[in-house]
Formats: sequence, structure tokens, C-alpha cells
Amino acid sequence: MSEHEHTEHIVKPGTYLAIILTLLTLTGITVYAAYVNLGRFNIVVALVIATLKATLVVLFFMHAKYSPRRTQLVIVAGIFWLALLLFMTLSDYISRVDYRGVRAPISQVTTQKIWQSS
Amino acid sequence: MHRTGSLYGQFKTLEQQKDSASLGMWIFLVTEVMFFGGIMLAYTINRHTYFHAFAMGSNTLSLQLGGFNTVVLLASSFTMAMAVWSAQSGKKRLIPIFLTLTIALGFIFFGVKYIEYAQKFHHHLIPGRSFDITYCVNNAEKCEDISAKDMDIEREEIAKAQAADPDLNSHAQLYYSAYFGMTGLHALHMVIGAGLLLWLLHGSLAGRFTPEWNTPVDIVGLYWHFVDIVWIFLFPLLYLIDRHK
Repeated sequence: MSEHEHTEHIVKPGTYLAIILTLLTLTGITVYAAYVNLGRFNIVVALVIATLKATLVVLFFMHAKYSPRRTQLVIVAGIFWLALLLFMTLSDYISRVDYRGVRAPISQVTTQKIWQSS
Repeated sequence: MHRTGSLYGQFKTLEQQKDSASLGMWIFLVTEVMFFGGIMLAYTINRHTYFHAFAMGSNTLSLQLGGFNTVVLLASSFTMAMAVWSAQSGKKRLIPIFLTLTIALGFIFFGVKYIEYAQKFHHHLIPGRSFDITYCVNNAEKCEDISAKDMDIEREEIAKAQAADPDLNSHAQLYYSAYFGMTGLHALHMVIGAGLLLWLLHGSLAGRFTPEWNTPVDIVGLYWHFVDIVWIFLFPLLYLIDRHK
């Protein structure tokens, strides 16, 4: 959007209503999904739904969809930086072995159980 | 002195002035993303390491109260968005109404949080000398807010978790430290947000916000929605671990 053609976009109440209803539905789905045994994918489902909800809030409630490009760039850069933090730290922790050859600081028995079950 | 639409010297148009203000707010929010992101990362690593204790801790939280608060907070985001819409479209009388609704929903959230925190004190779930993750299972008569059926499930779960992790009690304290740290910081953000909303309410009653100038409503709205997003992630992370049993 260039400087000249940009005029403030007012999001209509109907859009807000549709978004809040979607958010409430997704909340219901995430609670329901928590009671279904998906093994290690429970957390994946929960976080995918949370990310979807956050995206809707950012795009519509926070008007990011209608913001100037430079604002959108700041948002995307922020998410990218967070992804770097999460990805690099978690890959370090997942691959780390301590001096006893144990993967995590918990007792060896427990550690083995965790790794066998996952 | 209150500014109501006049243009500062460094800007060409009012719109450019407003875009600059919201860009600045977004840059602040990005630093907040990194702040909460780091805490959630530390939580994730501990949760991965002490899975049994964290699952046990999560199961002692009340999903009813947490779920109710999620709905309340989402609704408050909606009323906040409507307050911004009222300001943008010149509906001056609606602005204080939607702001009041937003503040009211925020206070309902605080009320429920108070009930939750008090419950944790009664159940000996505050990290420290008296912390006892098995307290309710061993003293069912003192935890009347938990149903007998839930208690039976909990008894079994605790026995299993203790078998898997001999030091369950201290690791469960890690979970509760994270719980109070994360929800406490979130609540602190909400207290600041409620203060800002009261300031906006004052301004809106004085009729200060117009379609030409509503930057404060817009900016505080961004902040309020951000606090909502933090809760959107805290809810599944804290309340929904290992519920299926």
C-alpha cells in the first residue's frame, strides 16, 4: 500500500463478531481435544489451535491485515526472532547429554521411561 | 494539555502520525513477545524434563475456572475491538460503554484468578515448606471443592507419577513456580491494561476521541489484545497437559 492511496480501513462489527465466535469455538475444540488421547500429539494440536487463535487476533482485532507494510514487517520480524529463540534453544536441549550420559537431569529410571514412551 | 487531532511538526499528515504511533507500539509489543517467549521456553524445557510432575500439577488446576477465564478474556478483546470501532466511526456515546464493558470483564478475570489462587493456598500448592502435591488426596475432607470421582482418579495418578519420579513433590513445585510466575506476570499486564482503560474512559467521557484522532484508543487496544494472546498460549500450556485419562 503506497503512502498516497492508504486511508484508514475500519473493520466492521460483523467481522469482529465472526472472529469472536470463531475464537470461542476454537477454545471449545482445544478443551475437547485435550481429553482425547493423542499421545505426544496432544501438545501439537493444542499449540496449533492456540497459534490459529493468536493469528486471528493479530490479523483482525489488531488490524494487522490492514496495516502498512512496514508495520507488518515488524510483526513478521518479531515472530521470526521468536522462532529462532525457540528452535535453537530446544534443539540444543533435545540433543544434550550430561557427563553421565543421561539425557536429562532427572533420575535415570524416569528418563528411560520418558524416552521409551515417546 | 490534551492533543485532539493537531499535527506535530515532524509529520506530513494525521494519518502518517497515527501510523507512526502504532508502529512504535508494535515494536514495543515485539519486545513483549520476546519476554513472554523466553519464559514459555524455560517452561517447555522443564515440562519436557519433569513430565510426570508437570502433568500432575496441571491436573490439580481447575479447568472450569481456567476455561471460564479464557472466555471472559476473549469477550473483553471483542468489546475492546468494538470500542476502537466506535471511536473510528464517530459513535462517541458508544466508546465509554464498550470501554466500561472491557474493564468489567477484566475485573471478572481478576475475581476468578483470586478464587483460583486462594484455592491453591488451601490445597497446599504454594511452593515452599508446606507444599504437598498429595495434600488433597490424603486430606479429602479439606478439599471439598474436588468431587469424589475426580479425587479417585487423582489418587491413582499420583501413585503412578510417584512411581515414575521419586522426587515428584519438588518437581511439582517447579510447575507451580512456573504457574504463579506466568499467570502473575500476565495478571500484572492486565492491571496495567485496566489502568490504561480507566484513563481512556475518562478521555472518552470528555468526548476527546473522534474519527480524526483516536490514537490512544487504538494503541491501548493493541496492548489489550496482546495480553489476550499471551493468555491464549498460557491456557493450553498450563491447564491442558495430560488431561486424557
